[in-house]
Amino acid sequence: MSSENGKRLLETDAGCLNFEATELTLGLPGEPRVTSDGGAKLGSKRGFSETVDLKLGDNSQEVKLGHSLQEAAKSPASKTQVVGWPPVRGFAKRGKKSCKYVKVAVDGAPYLRKVDLEIYNSYQQLLTSLEDMFSCFTIRNYLNEKQIDQVNGIEYMPTYEDKDGDWMLVGDVPWQMFVESCKRLRLMKSSEAVGLGLKTAPKYSSTN
Amino acid sequence: MHKKMAFSFPDEVLEHVFSFIQSDKDRNAVSMVCKSWYEIERWCRRKVFVGNCYAVSPRMVIRRFPEFRSIELKGKPHFADFNLVPDGWGGYVFPWIAEMAGAYPWLEEIRLKRMVVTDESLELIAKSFKNFKVLVLSSCEGFSTDGLAAIAASCKNLKELDLRDCEVDDLSAHWLSHFPETYTSLVSLNISCLGSDEVSFSALERLVGRCTNLKTLRLNRAVPLDKIANILRHAPQLVEFGTGTYTADVRPDVYSDLAGAFSSCKELKSLSGFWDVVPDYLPAIYPVCSKLTSLNLSYATIQSPDLIKLVSHCPNLQRLLVLDYIEDSGLEVLASSCKDLQELRVFPSDPFGAEPNVSLTERGLVAVSLGCPKLQSVLYFCRRMSNEALVTIARNRPNFTRFRLCIIEPKTADYLTLEPLDVGFGAIVQYCKDLRRLSLSGLLTDRVFEYIGTYAKKLEMLSVAFAGDSDLGLHHVLSGCESLRKLEIRDCPFGDKALLANAAKLETMRSLWMSSCAVSFAACKLLGQKMPRLNVEVIDERGPPDSRPENCPVDKLYIYRSIAGPRFWIEAFMRNLLGFSSFDLKNECLRHDWSGNIIWRLFKALRARLPYVSPLPELSGTPRNELIKRWKLRLLCNQSKYVGCLSCSHYTSMQLYRQELDQTIHAKVLSKLE
Repeated sequence: MSSENGKRLLETDAGCLNFEATELTLGLPGEPRVTSDGGAKLGSKRGFSETVDLKLGDNSQEVKLGHSLQEAAKSPASKTQVVGWPPVRGFAKRGKKSCKYVKVAVDGAPYLRKVDLEIYNSYQQLLTSLEDMFSCFTIRNYLNEKQIDQVNGIEYMPTYEDKDGDWMLVGDVPWQMFVESCKRLRLMKSSEAVGLGLKTAPKYSSTN
Repeated sequence: MHKKMAFSFPDEVLEHVFSFIQSDKDRNAVSMVCKSWYEIERWCRRKVFVGNCYAVSPRMVIRRFPEFRSIELKGKPHFADFNLVPDGWGGYVFPWIAEMAGAYPWLEEIRLKRMVVTDESLELIAKSFKNFKVLVLSSCEGFSTDGLAAIAASCKNLKELDLRDCEVDDLSAHWLSHFPETYTSLVSLNISCLGSDEVSFSALERLVGRCTNLKTLRLNRAVPLDKIANILRHAPQLVEFGTGTYTADVRPDVYSDLAGAFSSCKELKSLSGFWDVVPDYLPAIYPVCSKLTSLNLSYATIQSPDLIKLVSHCPNLQRLLVLDYIEDSGLEVLASSCKDLQELRVFPSDPFGAEPNVSLTERGLVAVSLGCPKLQSVLYFCRRMSNEALVTIARNRPNFTRFRLCIIEPKTADYLTLEPLDVGFGAIVQYCKDLRRLSLSGLLTDRVFEYIGTYAKKLEMLSVAFAGDSDLGLHHVLSGCESLRKLEIRDCPFGDKALLANAAKLETMRSLWMSSCAVSFAACKLLGQKMPRLNVEVIDERGPPDSRPENCPVDKLYIYRSIAGPRFWIEAFMRNLLGFSSFDLKNECLRHDWSGNIIWRLFKALRARLPYVSPLPELSGTPRNELIKRWKLRLLCNQSKYVGCLSCSHYTSMQLYRQELDQTIHAKVLSKLE
């Protein structure tokens, strides 16, 4: 019933209990969504009136995005989760939880990932892991763009939203502080980073 | 001919009479009778209740009530409980504490709900109010055990420390040891929300032992079962007790120890806790069950037979919170055993599962509505419902005051007829004439709202999700529900028309929340312009709403009446900063006792708007002051690149009404930074 709105799977309070279910979003792969008023916004949450059919059988995209997405698209619709529904509080607290899952969005990617920050010890480990996770995406971009070697190379800026709602650059604060305050990650296209072009690539120490 | 006022008592007499009037509503009514009553009443009001911390400013409250001893504040909207309100939205208590600290050294009680409380706020409370007695933080966040340590250390007269449902950063379990050995006045302690794998048991036992007036003790999960007996023996006078984890290897000595300890608590009326409960240890509480009036088993993952056994031992139960493991059969037993039951909450054990995992249906609720004549408050999660059942329930129990039904799958129809549940809920509002709170679910058309608007005349709070067909639904509610104070709506096709047509109604309510509906940004702007005493706040995580066409629906909308004007916390911060003639950010901040917070926020706000700047080299182990120094330098270096709005990214929408002011502030900041 709830899937008729085609809502993207979003993080819920029971985040880590439903890690598998929320790992991939079921949205139109790749293309910006066209809303009813003609405006297009990639990755935007849809309002009630903007229902979009899931085109799960879209072959061309399946090939590009790789096997894992194809698998997910074919599996029977596990309950798509709607944020804040059902209205139960602190459900995750009922189970033991010492994981810190945050969503990772990559500009232009059709799906989100979730990573558990607790399993890493440093920025380097995190970024290496992100590279692996989004390698299929970078390959796709390799077809379109001239040069993209790594996700944390020139093309993508790893940014994150912290507890206060501010967007920060990954690496600004000591690692532990980052883990505690990070709410979600976004690999932003550098061209979108406000203002001038980049002079230097970011440098991250490998240790905390 | 002169008319003399029939009643012209001296002020002292009136004041004495007023002292018997405790409820806020009555006090407010009294103050509206005439000017002199207003004056007298405001000087003798001792308890202030502010239902929305942004409806009024701290200064206004202090000006009007110069001598209050107790304040209750509520911050975030209710849907914040379900992750619908983004972090950083607001609800900061610090400005209130700061104002009161100056004006009210004799403040005794602070009760907060859904607010952000920092350690600084707690530290300020600890050092400002010498006779501080009661701190109740309900669903709050933002503080750590350091703040609690400050309270424990300084508040010699503290009677109540209640942290229900808070999110606390557990830095150290030793905060409890900060209660001095001479401290004995504790009456109520609720630390059930604390995580912390280590709790200082010895400190806890000593504290409990020396506080002979302790009546309420709610422990956290970390306290193991075998410690409970000892604690109870130190405090046999307890009236309310919450266990920690209720599991251990089954050992006869532990069991009898526990049972003995419970037996010695002759006053126990309320039990809670029971995390990880092992059924074998449940009978240990049977000695106290006959006196129990309140039982919270919402963490107890035990099956129906064990729950039934337990519940059958509690004939005087008035309040039961339980998981749906109790099943229909358990509720039927409840209905026959607990004739005094007033409040029932049944929570889902597997809310995100696609299939039902237990046999809990509408039957259980029908049974309880039939068997429990005093039942007035219900919160019930289930997976199916019928109009027939709802009508039966309504007829059985017209004395409902709170009826909250959550059918887990949105838009679930009547499972018997496949029709919408309009008629069922219609019966609820028609029969239950004193209904004050209602939550809807299931498949519902505009018709249910017509019923609600027609019959629910005493309804104060309504929660709606995935319901309705058109604006007409919203219109019925706004135009018909005379007593409506809070309305929260999500994922409904309600748009501009009903909202704008009922704009005046919104000023008679505390607040309206609408998310994932169809209200356009243009309508929000119009409403904001036409209704200056309403704050119309758009929360849109997609980015500033002016980056989309105006007729595009907004993501989330929160409207509330306010005499404090639109809020803009950055502005408040900046105003304080700009008042200084020599602009040394760091020193001014430290002097103002806001430590690095302002720098930190300023840095982040600018950072969010600055073009890409390479990050600082890794600052491992850098103390905060050092960080602040470095950021200050960077701020000064980068100020020439500063453009845009000084704010957090998702506040931009709220500043659209204040753009001129922004620019003035920007200019001032820049000039000060040079």
